Amino acid sequence: MRSGVFTRRALFVAGAEIAVFGLLGARLYKMQVVDGAKYMAMARGNSVSMRLLPASRGRIFDRFGTAVATNRQNWRALLMVEQTDDTHSVLDAFSKLVPLSDTERGRIMRELRTHQRYVPVLLRDFLTWDQMALIEVNAPTLPGVLIDVGSTRIYPESELLAHTVGYVGPPHESDIKADPTLTMPGSRVGRTGVEAYDDLELRGHAGAQQLEVNAVGRVIRELDRQEGTPGIDIGLSIDARLQRATAAHLTGLSASAVVMDPRNGEVLAMVSQPSFDPSLFDSGVSNAQWHAWMSDPQKPLVNKASAGLYPPGSTFKTVTAMAGLTSGAIGPGTIISCPGHFDLGNARFYCWRRGGHGPLDVKGGLKNSCDVFFYNVALRTGIGPLAAMANRFGIGVDTGMDIAGVSTGLMPTRAWRERQHKPWELGDTVISGIGQGFILSTPLALATLCSRVATGRAVGPHVARHRAGVLQVGADPDHWPDMSLSQHYFSLVREGMFEVVNAPGGTAPAARLSLPGVQMAGKTGSAQVIRIGRAAREHGFNSMSLPWALRPHALFMGFAPYDAPRYAVAVVVEHGNAGADVAGPLARDIMTDALTLDPAGRDVPPTPAPTPVLHGA
Amino acid sequence: MERRLWREGSLGIAGKVWQTNWFYLLLICCLAAVGYVALYTAAGGSAEPYAQKQLIRFFIGLVLMAIVAMTDIRVIAKWSWWFYALGVVLLLVVARYGHVGKGAQRWIAIGGFQLQPSELMKIFLVLALAHWFHRASYERVGRILFLVPPALAVLLPVGLILKEPNLGTAVITGTIGAAIFLAAGVRWWKFVIIIVALGAALPVAYHHLHDYQRQRILTFLHPERDPLGTGYNIIQSKIALGSGGMLGRGFMGGSQGNLDFLPEKQTDFIFDLIAEQFGLVGSLSVLFLLLLIVLGGMLIALRCRHQYGRLVALGISVDLFLYVFVNIAMVMGAIPVGGVPLPLISYGGSVLITAMLAFGILMSVHVHRDVEFPDSNSWPPG
Repeated sequence: MRSGVFTRRALFVAGAEIAVFGLLGARLYKMQVVDGAKYMAMARGNSVSMRLLPASRGRIFDRFGTAVATNRQNWRALLMVEQTDDTHSVLDAFSKLVPLSDTERGRIMRELRTHQRYVPVLLRDFLTWDQMALIEVNAPTLPGVLIDVGSTRIYPESELLAHTVGYVGPPHESDIKADPTLTMPGSRVGRTGVEAYDDLELRGHAGAQQLEVNAVGRVIRELDRQEGTPGIDIGLSIDARLQRATAAHLTGLSASAVVMDPRNGEVLAMVSQPSFDPSLFDSGVSNAQWHAWMSDPQKPLVNKASAGLYPPGSTFKTVTAMAGLTSGAIGPGTIISCPGHFDLGNARFYCWRRGGHGPLDVKGGLKNSCDVFFYNVALRTGIGPLAAMANRFGIGVDTGMDIAGVSTGLMPTRAWRERQHKPWELGDTVISGIGQGFILSTPLALATLCSRVATGRAVGPHVARHRAGVLQVGADPDHWPDMSLSQHYFSLVREGMFEVVNAPGGTAPAARLSLPGVQMAGKTGSAQVIRIGRAAREHGFNSMSLPWALRPHALFMGFAPYDAPRYAVAVVVEHGNAGADVAGPLARDIMTDALTLDPAGRDVPPTPAPTPVLHGA
Repeated sequence: MERRLWREGSLGIAGKVWQTNWFYLLLICCLAAVGYVALYTAAGGSAEPYAQKQLIRFFIGLVLMAIVAMTDIRVIAKWSWWFYALGVVLLLVVARYGHVGKGAQRWIAIGGFQLQPSELMKIFLVLALAHWFHRASYERVGRILFLVPPALAVLLPVGLILKEPNLGTAVITGTIGAAIFLAAGVRWWKFVIIIVALGAALPVAYHHLHDYQRQRILTFLHPERDPLGTGYNIIQSKIALGSGGMLGRGFMGGSQGNLDFLPEKQTDFIFDLIAEQFGLVGSLSVLFLLLLIVLGGMLIALRCRHQYGRLVALGISVDLFLYVFVNIAMVMGAIPVGGVPLPLISYGGSVLITAMLAFGILMSVHVHRDVEFPDSNSWPPG
């Protein structure tokens, strides 16, 4: 029974196998005999040429549709290696018409060696009309040379968004290893900012075309075509007008500012001064230019708004207050008296006002920015709960900002210090309470902190509002979870920040808005670059007497309108001295522009992209 | 117990040699000779670097094959599930520590020798399934519950191979499993149901996926997806094949293969070299030789008097058949898979050794086709 079943079924399988072999044989007959002549002709005529169809890089717009990164046609000369026998003589003939420098020739020779033979090699970019005419006229002496339109990246707003949008550059070896289509002439890879963060989506996928060509390289027909997909367009949350206004306020300083919508974390402006022209990277930066950037003490290439690390200084007192209140270390009515200094063992920590503030509650502590008050709060709270609260407000953690070149900052803990094989001292806790010591934050993190204080939502900073025309979920305030901290404590901190700016005796009266019916709440800070010794303090220390590079940084963060926040701003002026005097008025001006232009929550629908059709390379 | 069996059914070494299927061995040697010629032309008319090395590997493979062929099939049967377990462990090792090549994780290196465990797994799966079914009556095979463990035994390696990802080998492995189920007597309607269910589920499942998941599946279907590579290779491969014509362009006369138009010509696209140089006559001859080897395996299955040997021989010859079919259909541009070589002709040690191991088992089935096997209808107990 069983062996009978096996025999029948084995014979069935064998029959199926014979049938399949028969089909294979029939197909062999069809290809080799019936269509043999066709394939023979293709084999004879040097047959098939492969052309890549580069995908156009996605464009980047601001929230109102202003193009901030787009593509422009670029006429260039390519060498199709397949279609020439003697590349050296072609190169010589070409350089008689369009002179090639030794570096260019070196690059061409290298690419000839390393590229697949069906990938054309770029001879020269950005041809002028005259050069194109010369090449066309001399085409017979230049077999394999072909004029082709490629695309080049342009940044219409130039320096304005260099840090946020970033820039593109030619691919490195490692990029090519990851994606061989990058060997295509004119391929670009995002290097910083949005261009780098969303590089893969912006790039799209290259397509390919198989062409039948005759012996002199003329295309006879297309054999196969795989369409590529163009890169997606990105609509930023940035308002280019607000960006421009903010940049204008910071001109001439080494400074950065971030304007954020505190309801959803959208970055409306992100400025780092001084800036640079991102288009320069597209075709390669000259050595002189590079050295000039590298030796500039104001570091124009660094996005100070997202990667500049500064102690948050007194702006951090908002966190200390929330941590103290939430942990129960202080109550809303707890009074601490400030005699001008705070003693811990043998160490004495001073208040910025040497005479002291007298008795203060938490609101008064914020209003006066009393150091002694927050020394006490930090010590009572402990570094553990303090660091945990700082992390909840976005200090020392990755907040998910969607550009490349973002620093996380640092919120020290006992465990962090012990990893360095050093003990955590109580004094470290004390100075952490006023944002000094090891704590490091970026202006972006300060804007995030300020937004979270203003709205009580754990918003995450981001700049991509639309991707491929689709509004991203982050634009919806309800996407961001409530921080689930006491509303009462939040309002105490906000009231303290209100009084900083608006109450008589607050530390930042210069930050008060002059717009009718709108108030800004804020907090100043100054971050020491060097430790100021006790002796210096007692002898009437004046930081303005220090050399520029040693002066403290001036910080300010604020939000407005006070009763229904739509904007949060953070300003850091490097070596600007006291936050109240320098950063406060800048924040006021930026906030005034934000409220006047009022971009928050508005945009225009992204324009349907007329994707430029590019010809095969 | 085991000793008694050895005595009763065992043949002396001379008897074993006498029983060897010399004709089948001749066919295998013919195939290796074809491979030698093809590799000689792949190197532009030189035994270096491919043909000589492959020949040495073939002789090592012959020794291995001889050892396996002389091993009592009942000993192999006894260890079936241990081999299966070894294969699964190797697959797990490759998933954890494997070498990532061409976008997929398939290889492990053992002392400088690259091993592709999914190749071994196919053979071990055949052994394990044959062991499961060899004592089962036709009635027993009709029970669904009896089929659950072997079905799981197929799905486990298939899933692991899919994860590498290596869709081609996973499908081949699954098909081999199905062929053994079929030969073991599993009822036809069960296959019909599975095929209909699979056919119905695929589009529905695909429809309910997100765009990015579909994209992932497309990438998964083509792990070597490379707009520069695959399309170009296939076109060049078709030209090489087609331009051979009826009689070919003569020994060393192919332009495609000999002029480096054809990538990977010594491995996946070796059949093109034969077809281009020797035309339809040559390619059909090689195809016929391959058919003889596949059918020779089926014949060994039919002549065997115990179910274990029948199922093993059938499974191995189906494996060979699928190899040949996938490779040749690929070089013709009929199916969009890559990375399946032609056994004994393509250059490469791992596949050659695995194939010789499979031939060894096939030979052992033939030599021990009449041995007494513990063959009871009451398996498994209960």
